[in-house]
Amino acid sequence: MLYRETGQFKTSYSADQAIFPIFQDKIFILVWLVIAFVAVPLIASEYWFQVILIPFLVFSLATLGLNILVGYCGQISLGTGAFMAVGAFSAYKIATNVPDLNIVFVILLSGLITAGVGILFGLPSLRIKGFYLAVATLAAQFFLIWVFNKFGWFVNYSPSGSIAIPPMKIFGVIVTSAKADPVARYFLALCFTVVLALLAKNLVRGPTGRSWMAIRDMDIAAEIIGIKPLATKLKAFAVSSFYIGIAGALFFSAWLGTAESDAFDINLSFDVLFMVIIGGLGSIAGSFLGAAFIVLLPILLSNIFVGELGFAVLTAKHIETMFFGGLIIFFLAVEPHGLARLWQITKEKLRIWPFPH
Amino acid sequence: MSAVENARQTHSEVLLDVDGISLSFGGVKAIRGVSFNIMKGEIRAIIGPNGAGKTSMLNVINGFYHPQEGKITYKGETRRRMRSHVAARQGIARTFQNVALFTGMSTLDNLMTGRLLKMREGILQQTVDMLLQAVYLGPAKRHEMNERKYVEEIIDFLEIEAIRKVPVGRLPYGLQKRVELGRAIAMEPDLLLLDEPMAGMNLEEKGDMSRFIIDLNDQYGTTIALIEHDMGVVMDLSDRVLVLNYGEKIADGTPAEVSANQDVIDAYLGVS
Amino acid sequence: MELLYAVFVAPFVDMFSYPAFFAEVVLGGLTTGVMYSLVALGFVLIFKASGVFNFSQGVLALFAALTLVGLMTGTMPFTLKTYSALALPEWAAIAVTGVVMVGLAYAIERIVLRPLVNQDEIILFMATIGLAFVLEGLGDMMWGSDVKALDVGIPTGSFEVKGVLVQVFDLWAAGIAAVLVVILAVFFQKTKIGRALRAVADDHQAALSVGIPLKTIWIAVWSVAGLVALVAGIMWGSKSGVQFSLSLIALKALPVLILGGFTSIPGAIVGGLIIGVGEKIAEVYWGPLVNGAIENWFAYVLALLFLLYRPQGLFGEKIIERI
Repeated sequence: MLYRETGQFKTSYSADQAIFPIFQDKIFILVWLVIAFVAVPLIASEYWFQVILIPFLVFSLATLGLNILVGYCGQISLGTGAFMAVGAFSAYKIATNVPDLNIVFVILLSGLITAGVGILFGLPSLRIKGFYLAVATLAAQFFLIWVFNKFGWFVNYSPSGSIAIPPMKIFGVIVTSAKADPVARYFLALCFTVVLALLAKNLVRGPTGRSWMAIRDMDIAAEIIGIKPLATKLKAFAVSSFYIGIAGALFFSAWLGTAESDAFDINLSFDVLFMVIIGGLGSIAGSFLGAAFIVLLPILLSNIFVGELGFAVLTAKHIETMFFGGLIIFFLAVEPHGLARLWQITKEKLRIWPFPH
Repeated sequence: MSAVENARQTHSEVLLDVDGISLSFGGVKAIRGVSFNIMKGEIRAIIGPNGAGKTSMLNVINGFYHPQEGKITYKGETRRRMRSHVAARQGIARTFQNVALFTGMSTLDNLMTGRLLKMREGILQQTVDMLLQAVYLGPAKRHEMNERKYVEEIIDFLEIEAIRKVPVGRLPYGLQKRVELGRAIAMEPDLLLLDEPMAGMNLEEKGDMSRFIIDLNDQYGTTIALIEHDMGVVMDLSDRVLVLNYGEKIADGTPAEVSANQDVIDAYLGVS
Repeated sequence: MELLYAVFVAPFVDMFSYPAFFAEVVLGGLTTGVMYSLVALGFVLIFKASGVFNFSQGVLALFAALTLVGLMTGTMPFTLKTYSALALPEWAAIAVTGVVMVGLAYAIERIVLRPLVNQDEIILFMATIGLAFVLEGLGDMMWGSDVKALDVGIPTGSFEVKGVLVQVFDLWAAGIAAVLVVILAVFFQKTKIGRALRAVADDHQAALSVGIPLKTIWIAVWSVAGLVALVAGIMWGSKSGVQFSLSLIALKALPVLILGGFTSIPGAIVGGLIIGVGEKIAEVYWGPLVNGAIENWFAYVLALLFLLYRPQGLFGEKIIERI
């Protein structure tokens, strides 16, 4: 009864193409934005910012990026961790070498650098497909981490091998490093995430998104109708890496404040891939759902198993690993479009509620 | 205008000339030294028993297969091999026997993909276009609206308004074929290659499809080559017919000439 | 100039000046290569017979090794306590583990493969990633995640041939691998069930329509792959102890398969040997120039180069796309 489209007729193509054509959806998103920008900063504790909210935003961005490559364009990648590292280390080098540059530009530049690296490692995708491409991205993953490990230049020759973000300001407010207020760091991540999500949504709805999906669904047919495969795939790699690089830069500067190359290993690549699968391949909203799920789940599990049931921490970790694996299989078998599709089905049911059919 | 009247219209300009094409896969010779041409504005049927090499011939024309011998002259330019996306951009569109639609997308989106070959090339232009699309301002928005309007005309023409937003994977076969035709039309082709467009359709659907093909040829002047098994359709629609058997050409002429040809009757038509 | 010399000349000079050492490096590489091949064999089996790329093959090997050690030490699963009364002799433990692997194959068919029967290969691939995680967590929970020693009685010791040190264990490893390859090759080419497997790999639905029992075939294949994983697990575990890093071998097997071709049993061997030797030589002779750890990425970059010039690998089948 609440979620009806009755009376909402579109009289122009532009109204039909809007992101949220149904009025109730517009309200829904506005409510969330108000919560994110106004309510949360007022009531969330530091624990919430550090452990839940900021990582949720960072991983949402990374998942968005990977979803563009895997979910929209159908090119599998296991190199997400390494590309986040590229973003993080770029941010570090730029911030320390050009101290007057605003953090926003530092992060954007890091994204661009990562996009360049992504294009480079995406070149093989013209000749290689499927899990062969996965192996090529593994080459990127292992090679890049090795590079960051071995060459001291990347860490400014620090003996600890780790990088730390210097405090940087926007409009006089410190937004990075331990000196910054968690709320400030939260806003930094939030603004990037909201803007980039909107840009992504526009991009995938338009010609570029359609060319990606065509390549994904049947790349031979796509070429036959005039889509240039290499250009399209490289665009996917570029945009995807841009997002992942920014996620990496924020991972480093807004969330942790420090980082070392081992934090960006293959496990991180798997984590983000799982977020994409569980959230829903080829869905912008799904990327957020998947990231939320995987950020929150370990906390939930450890609260239950360690907190309530008294299992050892290690056992809880094993259970968590098994649970993730099982969840992946479950989602792929039952609902390959993930939580996003489940959400859509809920909305469909809402449209006819309270009637059963 | 029926095909008979069409035939009285002289088609005098050669759009496509196929010269001595041979194609083999490993040891299998799919096409042996076939030569023919297609005049601008005509409807050309290609018929023959299964395995005669008809689909392979279409694949060669649009650059999907590369022949070992022979050459193709299209719009005055001669070449042997061409990448399929280049062929598309030069105005060759086609449909497939097994329907090659993008199953993850709706009818509308599938038709819109047919417009993608109009996208600007060049690295700088593509980057700028992507940025504009991401922000959905000005030129990007106008472009999208124009494409939408164009595609809606095709939707009107093919009478598929009701299934605009349906994911094509869910459509029945006959409708899928229609959507695929729509996608090919959206490419604004000069040469439209149709691979068994009537396959699996009932009488009414065949009538609709025939009407679309004739209208395309009449109103928009699209040159059409179609592979077809229904001889009634071939006789009614086409200006000239090419007959293939075992990869070789065995007849080439008007429908009347071809159906009277003894070789063709032996190989394919049989006695009625 | 000095850099060019160091990269392009000095390592080769080293190799030829100390041939005995070079031979030992190559032997070491071959042994590692054999280990990779054993894991790659399991991959090829499953891919040949079901078109599924089984990311969890390495974890299967780990799980098999863990189970074996657990049985041999009399560990009670999940409680991690050992009771010497329950400890089994090697041959019994191996047999029981074999049965466990078959049981596991049955479970995998039921829970993972059947629900996903008509899906894209990428989906199945990602499902096997999920499977790898499940098995890893399960193995750790059942048998504990600390490093364990494994000794099934493979002879150790070494001897010298013309100044080159040869390990007895390595010879046994090579021998066992060779026997395994011969058995599998014969199985696939000559037997009825081998033919059926090849049909299934080609086209599930077509195989079903000629009456090939898909379910049974898959259980059979995954069982065989599980037993191959057991052999791999025994060899790796005996050599370097049973630990988590065993499952990382799965990742290394990918380049092996790319070199050898995904559908070729001899290719798995040749690919494994090339990767094993290549890695070792790169690490020993070029490693010092860049502070080491080339082994981390060498195999993958080699595979990448191969993919660009010969995507089907040395022995794989060329892929022709039809529409």
